[in-house]
Amino acid sequence: MLGAVLGTPAAAVFAAGIDSQNFNQIERGRYLTIVGDCAACHTLPGSGHAFAGGRSIETPFGNLLAPNVTPDPQTGIGAWTDEEFVDALTKGIGRDGTHLYPAMPYTYYTKLTRDDVLAIRAYLNTIPAVHHDVKADQLPFPLSIRTSMSIWNALFFTPGPFVAAAGKSAQWNRGAYLVQGPGHCGMCHSPKNFLGADKTDEALQGYVLQGWFAPNITNDPRVGLGAWSDNDIVAYLKTGHNKTGAATGLMSETLSLSTSRMSDEDLKAIAIYLKDDSGPVQAAPPAPDDMTMKVGAQVYADECAGCHTASGKGLTGLFPSLSGSSAVQQNDPTSLLHAVLRGARSTATDAAPTAPAMPAFGWILNDDQVAAVVTYIRNSWGNKAGPVSAGAVGKTRSALVERSD
Amino acid sequence: MVQKLPRKDAAIIGLGWTGSILAHELLGAGLDVVAIERGPWRDTATDFLISYAQDELRYRLHHELFLRPSQVSVTFRNKADQTALPVRTWGAFMLGNGAGGAGVHWNAETWRFLPTDFTLRSHLTQRYGAKALPDDMTIQDWGVTYDELEPHYDDFEYLCGTSGRAGNIKGAVQDGGNPFEGPRSRPYPTPPMKQGYGHTLFAEAARQLGYKPFPQPSGNLSESYTNPLGVTLGQCTYCGFCEWFGCANYSKATPQTTILPVILRKSNFEARTECEVTRINLDRSGKWATGVTYVDASGTEWEQPADLVILCAFQLFNVQLLLLSGIGKPYDPQTGEGQIGRNFTHQTMSTALGFFDKDKYNFNPFISAGAIGMCIDEFNGDNFDHSSLGFVGGGYIGQIQTNGRPIETTAVPPGTPAWGSKWKQALRDNYLSTINCGAACHGSFYSYRDVYLDLDPTYKDRFGRPLMRMTIDFHDNELQMSAWLTDKYAEILQKMGARQVVKQPRKGPYDVTQYQTSHLCGGAIMGSDPGSSAVNRYLQSWDVPNLFVQGASTFPQNAGYNPTGTVGALAFWSAAAIRSQYLKNPGPLVHA
Repeated sequence: MLGAVLGTPAAAVFAAGIDSQNFNQIERGRYLTIVGDCAACHTLPGSGHAFAGGRSIETPFGNLLAPNVTPDPQTGIGAWTDEEFVDALTKGIGRDGTHLYPAMPYTYYTKLTRDDVLAIRAYLNTIPAVHHDVKADQLPFPLSIRTSMSIWNALFFTPGPFVAAAGKSAQWNRGAYLVQGPGHCGMCHSPKNFLGADKTDEALQGYVLQGWFAPNITNDPRVGLGAWSDNDIVAYLKTGHNKTGAATGLMSETLSLSTSRMSDEDLKAIAIYLKDDSGPVQAAPPAPDDMTMKVGAQVYADECAGCHTASGKGLTGLFPSLSGSSAVQQNDPTSLLHAVLRGARSTATDAAPTAPAMPAFGWILNDDQVAAVVTYIRNSWGNKAGPVSAGAVGKTRSALVERSD
Repeated sequence: MVQKLPRKDAAIIGLGWTGSILAHELLGAGLDVVAIERGPWRDTATDFLISYAQDELRYRLHHELFLRPSQVSVTFRNKADQTALPVRTWGAFMLGNGAGGAGVHWNAETWRFLPTDFTLRSHLTQRYGAKALPDDMTIQDWGVTYDELEPHYDDFEYLCGTSGRAGNIKGAVQDGGNPFEGPRSRPYPTPPMKQGYGHTLFAEAARQLGYKPFPQPSGNLSESYTNPLGVTLGQCTYCGFCEWFGCANYSKATPQTTILPVILRKSNFEARTECEVTRINLDRSGKWATGVTYVDASGTEWEQPADLVILCAFQLFNVQLLLLSGIGKPYDPQTGEGQIGRNFTHQTMSTALGFFDKDKYNFNPFISAGAIGMCIDEFNGDNFDHSSLGFVGGGYIGQIQTNGRPIETTAVPPGTPAWGSKWKQALRDNYLSTINCGAACHGSFYSYRDVYLDLDPTYKDRFGRPLMRMTIDFHDNELQMSAWLTDKYAEILQKMGARQVVKQPRKGPYDVTQYQTSHLCGGAIMGSDPGSSAVNRYLQSWDVPNLFVQGASTFPQNAGYNPTGTVGALAFWSAAAIRSQYLKNPGPLVHA
C-alpha cells in the first residue's frame, strides 16, 4: 500500500526538482540513457519490456542479473527518492545503504553532473512500469556479502564529479566527460586488476572479456587509433564501419544500442579526446620465424585473400583491411583468433545495413595453421605484432567451445 | 484444425526476387507485411561460406540449394495424348528454394527485353502479315510497353549494381554497347566486367564478321557498389561458381546482397520460413482474397488473413496455387479457352564446341563468372529480317563461358573414349584450349496452343494436392531458329581460329533431363484481354483484384534473353501501381 502511494511518479519527483512537464529534461535523460547504454544491461533482449531487468551480466566472478529500473514501486525503482537514485549512480550505494556491485558502472557514473543524473531519472519515470521481480544477487560467497564492496570501494573507487581540464577545449572536455563518465568506455577497454578494478595507469589499453579483446583505444599508431582520423572514428561509432574497419563482437551491441544513436557532435568530441592520448610507447614485438611466415602466407592465399585481397587491404564497406589494422596488431590476439576460429558478423546499422560476416575457419584449419596465418597477418604489409603460438590458439579454441554466444 | 492468425495488410507468398522487392515497396508504403516462404532461411554469412562454397559435387551435382523433388515435384509429357510421369531428379530446369529463391543460384545475366518483344504479335503481324505466324502459335502483346517499363528496369539494375556498357542512352547509340537495345535513361551503375581471352577473341572475330559485340550485362559486379538502399556489394573474384551456387563474396546480386538486409530491419516486416502456402483463400463471392492458408514445419496449419495477397512463388507454383485456389478459369487446349496454364514456355538453348590448337591458345576457362562474356544481338527478336527464313524469333549469341568447373566443364573432341587413360589425355590436351560455352545461343521460346500447364490427374504432393503437369515440346519454328543461330555462332568460332567446331543445335523432342536454363515462363500471363490473360498490365488478377501475381509466370512468351531483368522490372512496375493507385482505392486497376 505504501509502495503504491509513493510509487506514482508525480509523488516521487516534485520534492527533488524533477519536473514531469519538462520536455527538455526528459529528452536529455533519454539521450543520456543511450550514451550510458543502460538498456544493454537493464533491458532483456526480446522481452519487449524496456528497462525491466533480468539480463544476465557476465563478470569474471560470476553472473549477476540486472535489476528492474522501471517505475514499478514494488520491483522497480518507483519508490526510490531522487537522492537514493543519485546515490546509486554516483556512489554505488543502493536503497537502504546496500552496496551495488561495480558491474553497475558507478565508478564511471560518479563523474556525471547531478543535473544529468536527475534528467536520467526524469526519463525513467516516463517508462511504463513493469512488475518484474529480479533477484540480482547470484554471486558466490564471500562476494555474496554486499558489504564486502565497501572494502573494494575503499581500495579502488574515487567518487566525485568530472572536473574539466584547464587548457583543453570545450570539445575535448565534452569528449573526456563522455568517455570517463556516461560512456564508461574503460569498463571494457581498460585492463583490470585481480579484483576486477580498472588499472587506472593503463586506462583504455585493452582488456579480454567474454571471448573478445576490447582493443586499445589510445592513440597509439600501431595498436591504437593512431591510423584513424577523427572522422574515421565518428564513422565507425555511427555506422559500425569506416574506410578500413568494421565493428563486431561485443562492440556490435554497443554500436546498435548506443553510439549509432549518439549525436555527431558528441562522437566527434569522443574522437578528439581519444586521439589526444597516445598511451605509453609500445615495445617492439619479437619477430616471427621465416617458416611460420611461409606457412601463414600459403594459408592466407588459400583461405583469406579471396575477400581480404592479396594486398591485405580488403574492400571498403565489406571486408576490413588487415593492412595497418590495429585490430589485428593488438598485443592480445584473442579477437583475431575468435574471428578466425568462429567467424564474426559485423554490425548492421541503418546507415550501413549490409552486415557482412566472416565465416568460421576453426573447422578447416588446425591450431598450427591458425597460428601461422594469424602470425602472418600480424606481420605483413607493414604490420608488426607478436607471433601467436599453436598453444595459444588451442587455449582460445577450448575457451570458445565453452561459450554459447 | 486451422488456427487463425491476426490480420496483416499484405501477405507475400515466396521470398525470392519479386517477394523481396514487393515487400520492400509495400513496407515503404507503411504496410504491415508478412512473407511466407516454403524453404529455409539463407544468408551469405551462414550458408555460402568461402571455405566450401565452391563445392561442385555438393551444389552442382547434388542440387544442394534446390527444392527436393520428394517435397514437391511436377509431372512431364511432350504431347497431350501421352501419360505424364513425375520428375524425380531435376534436369531441364532447377527449382529454387528458400529465402532469395532462384535469385540465390542464378548466373546474374541481367538483360532487358527488346521494345518489340512487348508488342510481339502486333509487331510481327504488321511486318510479315498474319499468315507468317504458325496457326497454333499463341503469342500475345504484353499490355505494357518497353517505355513504360524502362524506369523500372533502371530500378532493378541500380538495386543490383549491374555491370555493363550502355548501347543506347535516350536514343543516342553508344559505342561498345548493344546498339539494338531499347533506349535507357542512364548508363549501367558499374562498368562492364573484365573479359577473359576467349571472350576477347570472340569479340574480335565477331567484329571482323561485321557484328557489333558488347559485354554481357552482369550482376557479378566489376567493382564494389553501394546501392540506393545502402547495401554494399563486393567486386567479383571471377571464381566461376555462380549458377547453382550461392556467392560467398557478396559480389553476385541476389536478394541477400541487395535488399533482404534492409527489409529485415523494418519493424513492420516478418518472414516465416519453412512454411508452405497451400491455398489462397477467397470470400464467398470468389472475387476477393481473404488471405492464405499455410502449413509450418511442424505440420500445423495456419490461416493468415490479409487485405492484399502477392503471389511471388516460382513460375510453376504460381500457376499451381491459382489452379488449386480456384482463381481464374483453367486453360483448355481443345477449345483454347481459359487463362490459367496457357502460354507455357521455356528457352531454346544451343551451342557449339570449339577445339583450338593447344600450343597457340590458352583460354584459362576457370577464370570466369556467371554473367561474363561478349555477345552480339544481331539475331535476336526481330532485329533481323525473317521474311525468307521460315521462322520467327531469335536470341543473343555470345562467348559466355561461365565456368571451368572440374566435373562439368570437361569437353573432349568427338571420338574420344568416355573414360580411361585416353579420355584423361584428351582432357589434359583440350581443357585450356577449348571454347565450351553451354549457353552460346540463347534462343526464344514462343507460345503454342498445345504447350501448357494443368493439374495432374494422378500424382499428388504430400498434402494430397495434384502436382503440376507440364505438356511441352519444341515446335519447328524454334528448332529452325536454333539451327540457324548455332550456324552463326559456329561461323564465329571458325573465325576465331578453331581447328574443330562441333555444332550442338537444339533437337526435339523436349527432354526434361537436359538442362536448358531455369527460365520457365507463362501459365498466368499478363495481357489486355481477360479472356486470354490471367492478370492485367499491372500484374493484378482479373478475377481477384486484391491478388497480384509476380514473376515470369506472367510472360506471354519468352524472348531470346534471360528473364530476370524483366522479372525485376515488372515487380517494380507492379509495386508502383499498387502504391500509387491500388492502395488509394482497392479494386480493379483496369476495367475490361
